[in-house]
This record gives sequence, C-alpha cells and structure tokens, in this order.
Amino acid sequence: MKRTIPLLIAAATGFMLILSEFIPLTQSWGRKVMIWFDILAAFAFVLGGANLLKIHLQKISNRRVGWGYSVITVVAFTITMVIGLGKFGVTPSEAFPDFAWSGDYLQEGSGFDWMYQHIYLPLASTMFALLAFYIASAAFRAFRAKNTEAIILLTTAFIVLLGRTYAGIWLTAEPLAWLGQNLFGDAQALAMFRLDVIVDNIMSIFNMAGNRAIMIGIALGIVALSLKVLLGVDRSYLGSEE
Amino acid sequence: MIRSISNPHMPRLTLLAIMLLTAAGPLAAAPRPPSQVTVTDLPNDDGTGLVIRWNLSPDDTPDAKPRIIGQYNIERKDNDDANAEFELIGEANLGEASLEDKECERGVEYLYRVIAVGLDKSQSEPTVAGKAAAGQLQWIDGSRLWFGVIGLVVCGAVVVFIQIAKSGRELKIRKIAGLEAVDEAVGRATEMGRSVLFIPGILDINDMQTVSGITVLSRVAGLAAEYGAQLDVPTSRSLVMTTARETVQAAYLQAGRPDAYNEDSIYYLTDEQFGYVAAVTGTMVREKPAACFYMGAFFAESLILAETGNSIGAIQVAGTAMPSQLPFFVAACDYTLIGEEFFAASAYLSGEKHQLGSLKGQDLGKLVAVGLMVIGCLLATLAGFSEPDGALSSVVSYLKDHVLGDGGLLL
Repeated sequence: MKRTIPLLIAAATGFMLILSEFIPLTQSWGRKVMIWFDILAAFAFVLGGANLLKIHLQKISNRRVGWGYSVITVVAFTITMVIGLGKFGVTPSEAFPDFAWSGDYLQEGSGFDWMYQHIYLPLASTMFALLAFYIASAAFRAFRAKNTEAIILLTTAFIVLLGRTYAGIWLTAEPLAWLGQNLFGDAQALAMFRLDVIVDNIMSIFNMAGNRAIMIGIALGIVALSLKVLLGVDRSYLGSEE
Repeated sequence: MIRSISNPHMPRLTLLAIMLLTAAGPLAAAPRPPSQVTVTDLPNDDGTGLVIRWNLSPDDTPDAKPRIIGQYNIERKDNDDANAEFELIGEANLGEASLEDKECERGVEYLYRVIAVGLDKSQSEPTVAGKAAAGQLQWIDGSRLWFGVIGLVVCGAVVVFIQIAKSGRELKIRKIAGLEAVDEAVGRATEMGRSVLFIPGILDINDMQTVSGITVLSRVAGLAAEYGAQLDVPTSRSLVMTTARETVQAAYLQAGRPDAYNEDSIYYLTDEQFGYVAAVTGTMVREKPAACFYMGAFFAESLILAETGNSIGAIQVAGTAMPSQLPFFVAACDYTLIGEEFFAASAYLSGEKHQLGSLKGQDLGKLVAVGLMVIGCLLATLAGFSEPDGALSSVVSYLKDHVLGDGGLLL
C-alpha cells in the first residue's frame, strides 16, 4: 500500500500530463496537475528548513568536526528568516497602505533585498568566479597529449580557442587574402581556411552532430524511463513496502 | 513722421510659434483607424481562443517621424447579449497586426473592434470586425501529430520489449563502464574507511534526471549497506531528500542491514545553487570521501564539484543528461555516464530482465531516428538536383518542418 498509492498518483498525474499535450480539452487539467507539485514543494520548504536546523543544531550540540560552520549556518538562516518574514524595511503596498505588512518582502530597498544584494549576490558571484580556475585545471588535465584521441582533442580545442579570439582572425585573414590574391587572383579563394571559418565549421558540423546524437539518446532515455515509472516497472525510487 | 514700433525678439517668437503649431498639428489629430478587422478560430486549442487580425492604420509606418501611433487597443463584446458593451481585452504594439485572445468562453460569439491609440492617447474611430466569431474546440492538437506518432512508436517498442524480456528471452546488453565502476568505488571507500558521497543533482524530483539519479542511489546505498560503508547524501531540494531517504532505507532493508540506516546522512542544504556548492565542497575538503557520485541534473556547479573531488583523490562517477556539463565531468571524473547511459542505469543495475527490455525499446527508437535521418539526407540530396519547387522539395520541407521540426521530434 505504501508504494501502490504513490504509484497510482504518479501514473494518473503522468498520463494526464501526456494527454494534455495532445488533447486541447485537457490542457487546463494538465496545468492544474502541475500546480499540485508547486503546493507539495511549498510544504517541502518547511520540511527542508526544519531538517537544516535539526542537523546543524545536532552538530553544534555534539561539537562534531566543523561545528563552527553550523553556527554560521544557523545564525544566517535565522536572521534571513526573521528579516524576510518580518518584512523589515518594507513599505506598505499601495492597495493596503494602512497595513504595515502588506508590502512585498522582495521590494527594492527592503531588508531582505539588502541582504540579497549585499551578501548573497557577492558570495554567489565569488563561487561562480572560482569556476575560471577549475576550468584551467580541468583543461590542463584533459588536454594532455597522451594518445591519438587526446592529440585530436587538443588540436581541435586549440583551433577553437584561437579562432574565438581576435588574434585568430588577425593571424589568418590577411595572410590568406594575400595568398589567395596572388595565387588565384581572388582574395576570398582561401577564405575557408580562416580560423574563424574553421571554428564555425567545427561547431556547426562536428560538434552539432555529436551533440544531436547525445540529445536523441537523452530524449529516448527520458521516454523509456518515464514510461517505466508510470507503468510501475521501475519502483526503485519509491522505497520499500514496509 | 510715422515711427515704426518694432520688437527685436519678434522674428524669433514668430518662428517659435510656427514650430509649435507645426509640431502640435499631427499630435492633436486622432490617428487614422486600422482597417479590415477579421476574427478566426485559434487552431489546435480547446475552443477558448480566437485570433484577431487587422490592417495597420495608415499612420502606422516604420518611418513616420514623429511617431503618431502608440499602440492598438482590442476590445470585444458578447454578440448575443444586447446590453453588452465593448471591453478592452488586449493591447498590441505599433506595427503589430494581430492578437490572440485566449480568454474566450467556448461557444460564445464575440464581436471585436480595434482602435489605434496615438502617442498623445488620442483614439481613432473604432474599426469593428465584419462578423462575430466563436472559438471551435479541436479534439486533437494536429500540430503535435508527428510528435505523438513517434512517441507512440517508441513507447510501444519499450512495452513490447519489456513483454518479450518477461517471456524469458535473453537480451544482450553491452557493458557500461561507469555503472560497472559503482561496485569498485563503494568497495574502495570501504577499504579506505572513508565515506561515499552521493549528489543527486540540483533539480527537484519532478525532473527525470533526479529520478534516474535516485535509482542509482538505490544501488549505491545497497552496496554501502552490504559493505558497511558510510553514505552521505546532501540534497538541494527537500522533496529529493525525503525521496532519497525512502530509497536508501529500502536499500538498507533489502541488504539486511536496517539497523545501519542513518536518516541524518541524507540531509537538505539549500535550494541556492552556489550555496549548495559551497556547502558540499566544504564537506568534501573536510571529510575527504573516497568515492563521489554525481547523478542528476547539474549546471555551472558541475566542474566545481568534480574538480574538488578530483583534488581530494576520490574515485568519481558522474551521470547527467545536461550536454553542456558532460565535457566537464569527462575531464574531471573517472567514469561518466553520457546521456542515455544515465537513464539506462536503473535497468542495468537492477539486472531485472523486464527492465532490460526497455533498453531494447530505446534502441528501436534510435533506429527510427537514424532511419528518418538517412531518408531525410537522401531526399534532401535528391531534391538538390531536382526543381526547386518540385514534389521532392515539398516532401523534404514537410519532413523537416513537421516530422523532424517543431511538430515532430523537436517539439
């Protein structure tokens, strides 16, 4: 029963969504079904918050390794929640000017907005900026010319990287135009060997073909897995009956 | 003697007055109305949509300077109600000559009119549609016909092969290195006395990648329970956390180690992408797990996670259906499940025959796709040698636009 009911709900919902793609009359039903998930997700926020507090308070209480980070997490969580729910710095909405809490907590200039702009965004940007260094270290490892495939990868990557910069165009455009003019009497005769043109060809032919092959595989995989889930063939995500 | 009275500023004032009059002239007049308003049914909908089209006002020209028209107001009224008045239902920008009204009541006839509105808010005379119209219900969305046909073929093939597999016929499935490595990775973590880290992506449980990741988690948790390894599952969505808990608990139960299951090892961190990454990479650096699994939907955080895992010397297995993140995982992980391999994981790892049948169904889908591509290439090549508006060109464009295009595979 513990698995059967969720399975029935999943199957009914899934088939309803599929039907709504093809039968216009059921489109609104499909939209309603999607709202169910939003409602569930909204309740799950409370669940997530409670779990976060529980785990970190336990960690602090047991003085486990890294408990200091848990203190920061709990403090940050509490401050954010109080400022957001308390709507600090939020002016009342035009519709209800007499009610202090009627404004939107995301309002520009509110306490929550200030925290988002001045604390969250810089921190998130810092994490994102780290990506540049990780790309460099990953590229260094990936482009080591260990075998034939790696050499092809390295060469292609070098051409694409160079071709995407102004240097790539500058290095090949003028010399090839001069050569074409002198050898064939046409400055555009060798234009196909310009680095930017080669890069366009690599990206739109070889790269695109590979990408599409992967995409077709992914689409078929999603169809097969969805069908297995809806038909109850694959129940591994549902937990046990006990 | 007659003395002339002259004001030295007179010429300038006159000029200013002329300029003001010239400028104010067109603004003061109401714009000319649009013409030929027609209303037709919105195709492939549930009968609640109509399309209103009109010819632009003569004042609505791209090179009109100063601009005269600001927008068009579209109004409607219930044609059967004698007391009904026109109500504004939408606005269109200048240069736009149509609007879709998707808020109609099925079966009700509406009469529409369009008014050109000037920049100075002056309104033209309304142009009323020649006749009223009502939305028509279409039972099947014809624009998705080919998508449905291809979907049916693939789904049918999956179901048929599942039945064939159930009947006991042997199906040959190629080895997938990334999935074979799951045992090795968990075993290694056990030997080293370090934990196993499993990350089910950063999207919610309604994404199929997350569902696929959870099925792999089932296998990883079973092995961790069997070997006695510690398993950590930080999640970025609380619904994923609850699902993962159920799955891991079931796996421990199946392995005969329900006592070893620790609910707190599956925990929620944050929905925020980089907040999640910061917390997970921090844990990785401090606790140094010996095996890291990344199975689900990933975005920019993929490389940060995988490179951190690489730097601590963990054996790493990744699987995702995000093509843009695959190169990062390939560069930084020991094994990567690419696209369809990732979705094959649950069938492959379960070893159940009827599940393996679904993989054969996928293969048939691939055959259909390859067949369509080959046919398309051949026809396109032949069409290149034939007349531009010939039958072959029509077939190629139908194949491209309907079967493979927006109404078909690319829907």
